[in-house]
Amino acid sequence: MDDSSVMRKIVERSLRQAGIELDKVFEAGNGAEALAVLRENLVDLILCDINMPVMDGLEFVRQVPTVESAKGVPIVMITTEGSESHVVQALTAGARGYIRKPFTPDQVKEHVLPVLGKKP
Amino acid sequence: MSTDTSLVTRSHEENWQPVLDLAVEEVFEIMLGCRVKPVTQSEHKASRDFTAMVGLAGALCGILTVCCSKATAHQLAKAMLGAAAESEEQVADALGEICNMVAGNFKNKLSGADDRCMLSVPTVVSGGEYNVHSMVDGSTMTTMVLFENAPVSVTLQLNN
Repeated sequence: MDDSSVMRKIVERSLRQAGIELDKVFEAGNGAEALAVLRENLVDLILCDINMPVMDGLEFVRQVPTVESAKGVPIVMITTEGSESHVVQALTAGARGYIRKPFTPDQVKEHVLPVLGKKP
Repeated sequence: MSTDTSLVTRSHEENWQPVLDLAVEEVFEIMLGCRVKPVTQSEHKASRDFTAMVGLAGALCGILTVCCSKATAHQLAKAMLGAAAESEEQVADALGEICNMVAGNFKNKLSGADDRCMLSVPTVVSGGEYNVHSMVDGSTMTTMVLFENAPVSVTLQLNN
């Protein structure tokens, strides 16, 4: 989830480069769109920006448990907001990982594989 | 990479210029796969076919802009996407993200600023005939780099 379609493509490419098999990828431009996707689909992983219009990433992370089928799905933030307070807010809200932009495919691998129970 | 910088001791543009330079260099290297170094502004003039803008509010208040020609904007988008952009909208999206990442990378390098400074979502203006008038009345610093031999100008204007 990112308000930039270009960034969504880059993240997807990075996941594939990390060797993560993607059966199906759902995209959303903000938290509200992503919640709508979660209500209709089962997912194994959520990657989420913070600064977005309509509903930001932190609010989205707080709202995810309201969708029964999405409870426990690992969430990794990918954002330009690199401050400690943002990291703490995200992890407190339920995120399991935090990647700062700009990021390399290796950083995506390093942060995403562990939350999927795999070795980086 | 983090720079030991505090808002109190490094409040002048000459001190923050290297931080902006580094923020730009890192975004270009990591996201575009291109090593760039700042060039002398007087020797190059960046076209303003595209201008991406991100606002800063809080401990740092101002605006960061990224300007380049239309052709360069398309090349930047291609480097980010790994393929030619499908539309002008996608080119603007890519330039906006570059601007966003430079702004975020810059503030994250200033200890004390990152927690107390918010970024806006990017805005991108395209077209040949326009001027950007900022209400910022403080310091201005510019980092100009060459991407595929074409100038890209990154300017940070901050309120005092």
